[in-house]
Amino acid sequence: MPEILIIITLKDKYMKYLKIYFNKPWIILCCCLLFAVSAAAQTDNDAIMMTKNNFCVGSIYGYSSWKNYWEGTFKRDNANLGTVSFQMVSVMGNYGITKKLNVMFGLPYISTKASQGTLHGLKGIQDLSFWVKWMPIEKQLGSGTISLYTIGGYSFPVSDYVADFLPLSIGLRSKNLSLRGMVDYQLGSWFATGSATYVVRSKVNIDRTSYYTTEMHYTNEVSMPDAMQFNVRTGYRSSKFIAEALVGNWTTLGGFDITKNNMAFPSNKMNMTNVGVNIKYNVQAVDGLALIGGGEYTVAGRNVGQSTTVSAGVFYILNFSHHKKTIKTASPKTN
Amino acid sequence: MKKSILFSFTIVTVAGIIFFACSKKVDGRTDSIAALQPAKTDDNAGTWKTILLVSPTEFPVAAPIATNTPDYIAQVNEIKTWQKDLTNDEKNIVKYWSAGAVLRWNEILRELVAKHNLPPYQNADNTYPFPSANNPLAYPLFPFANPPYAARAYAYVSAAQYDALVAAYFYKKLYNRAAPYNVDATVNVLIPKSDLPSYPSEDAVVEGASVEMLKLLFPGDQDYIQLKAEEHKHARLIAGANVRSDIEAGEALGKAVAQKFEIRARGDRAGAAIGTAAQWAQLETDATAKGEIPWYSLESPKRPPMLPLFGKVKAFLFDSLTAISLRPVPPPSTSSQLMKDQTAEVLSYSKDDSREHYRIVHFWADGVGTYTPPGHWDAVAAEDFIKQNYSEVRWARNMALLNMAEMDAAIVCWDTKYNYFNPRPTQMNPSIKTLTGIPNFPSYISGHSTFSGAAAAVLGYLIPDNAGKYNAMATEASMSRLYGAIHYRVDCETGLVVGKNVGNYAVIRAQNDGAGN
Repeated sequence: MPEILIIITLKDKYMKYLKIYFNKPWIILCCCLLFAVSAAAQTDNDAIMMTKNNFCVGSIYGYSSWKNYWEGTFKRDNANLGTVSFQMVSVMGNYGITKKLNVMFGLPYISTKASQGTLHGLKGIQDLSFWVKWMPIEKQLGSGTISLYTIGGYSFPVSDYVADFLPLSIGLRSKNLSLRGMVDYQLGSWFATGSATYVVRSKVNIDRTSYYTTEMHYTNEVSMPDAMQFNVRTGYRSSKFIAEALVGNWTTLGGFDITKNNMAFPSNKMNMTNVGVNIKYNVQAVDGLALIGGGEYTVAGRNVGQSTTVSAGVFYILNFSHHKKTIKTASPKTN
Repeated sequence: MKKSILFSFTIVTVAGIIFFACSKKVDGRTDSIAALQPAKTDDNAGTWKTILLVSPTEFPVAAPIATNTPDYIAQVNEIKTWQKDLTNDEKNIVKYWSAGAVLRWNEILRELVAKHNLPPYQNADNTYPFPSANNPLAYPLFPFANPPYAARAYAYVSAAQYDALVAAYFYKKLYNRAAPYNVDATVNVLIPKSDLPSYPSEDAVVEGASVEMLKLLFPGDQDYIQLKAEEHKHARLIAGANVRSDIEAGEALGKAVAQKFEIRARGDRAGAAIGTAAQWAQLETDATAKGEIPWYSLESPKRPPMLPLFGKVKAFLFDSLTAISLRPVPPPSTSSQLMKDQTAEVLSYSKDDSREHYRIVHFWADGVGTYTPPGHWDAVAAEDFIKQNYSEVRWARNMALLNMAEMDAAIVCWDTKYNYFNPRPTQMNPSIKTLTGIPNFPSYISGHSTFSGAAAAVLGYLIPDNAGKYNAMATEASMSRLYGAIHYRVDCETGLVVGKNVGNYAVIRAQNDGAGN
């Protein structure tokens, strides 16, 4: 299949494979669980599309904390920080332009705190993210269904928050442009999704007029290395309930290690591998209402904290289509 | 229609990625500045007052060979041979070094300070290791270039460069050997021409003095320093600015002068500034005996105080009795209402963590991993000196005045800090959270304020048009420590005054060193 992961025109020959979509409330799982490192970088990673003219909107609360962190490859704690915690409340939305083309946004408010030492926590509205998600291909493969997606994202800071006060900064301030390819396979009620993302990050400005990385920079501009993101998730997916396990990886393409006993810096080489679980429950009594919950844990990292993250959210689907369709679908991937 | 949306989306994404990817490069403010073209040559600088040298002829420089000798002609031909085939890298190093020898070595020094300004990580038993000059590459790396160490490093490098240049300018005038491009018009000179005699090379003098001083101050970074030194000398040669004998004589003179400064540095008591466990305990006992709450480290595990005996280091601008006389009156007693009020004010700033306060606090923080407040003032000075088109010797003189004032400010400030051993606001009230890290030494008086007061006094004298700007910057730097909730107002305001008093000694020196303004 030469079409894999490439944006191509929808070919007529695939039309027969298209599913019939309906407006049952299936919720995108658009958490910003990496917010300790790169809140804006985590765009929608799942293989669920909103149907045409439906708008899913909701809010997620997340709490993430770490006591140990990796200073380069050296794992340590720091009694001058104790446990560093992050709280996030995010507003998110997903609108179906068509059943194959969705647009999404997310906007988190984040506050940070160190349990020990003297450093003041920070708080504020972080980065506004937009994504365009397109599913060009969905077809039978064996006895299951394979679908391909491409997702473009853009995020930018919407407040003048401080980037250069890690680990207590609420974000890194770079404008991020991301391009993701994703493939999903569903067999009965079981599924697997894999994606790879390239994230281009803009320079950021800091309050200092010079800084040292592995050499001196006599400027307040910081060049941010790009990053790759990988995500694999698998589990049970029906029209009532989703439960999945996931492995996610964020790898910074460049950057430098925190030197021994130094402060972290926005352009550090921040890498992390997380494992986690998510559930999503469609409240049967209220059409359009869904609840989500999840947890993640950092199993490996470099220049990041070893985070434990939990999150919970509620979403609701508003149907803006003029005529309600109530056609059953064979695919639980769509709303 | 959908096709066109997707097509546009693809185009925008790809264009965006290309745009972002192409805009990764970050230029430093001084990366591509113009070559130094002094407004005046200062060719009488051989008569300016030196710092340590008894006279400019203390280290003799042999008479140069004449420009009509075969040996000299061979040296000119060496330049011409290089110039036949210059690589882009070579052209770039010529451009880099042509901005000025004092400027570039000051930048290199600031880089070394930033690299080394890291407090050691604790041992497994929660004690702390100390860097060793005899084993600089073992952890913890030598040195820990904290603010007093850095202030002293800037002062020695600048002062050695200055004395070496005064001697060099003396010999330039004495021997009056023209630059190669003035001897042979076919030399393709890549830098602005000058009528200043080129023997000994002022660039090589600065390079030699800097390399020699940095051997002492940053013994673990010799590979980098030597690389820069070779590059500097090579740049002068291939630029057609100097023949090899100009460079060799200059480098030898610079090294010889610096060795005199090195002897001074080894005996200036800085080596003992760390103190002993008994001396640290005595500071606490003394403060308690006076009825005051003694300072303690707010780091965890508790770190020994930073260089408690640095106040005893031998100053450049005054003797030790004068240093003590510059110590301000005591801070408010830790049991006084005034101290309670001062602490309450700090708490109010801790709660008022506005974005503008963060900007000011972080702009001036110059903490761990940075070139420290004296380095920040060197950066401010350097960027203004560039606009003044100083000669190399005037660059060195003005940097030396600034940096001797900064070192002496560190001495008076550290003497004050450890004489009074006054606790930080967060020690008085643990609910005070800070917008930057709390430095590991007593509160009264603020180091930033003292450094800034001294710098503003010196720079305001050197460039009177900017005096208002420097005073405003010094005040902002001083207040940044109150906004950051790591200092009381009295620390900041007193520090600024003490700093100005120290800076005035440099101003008096400047008024009498024969350089004029």
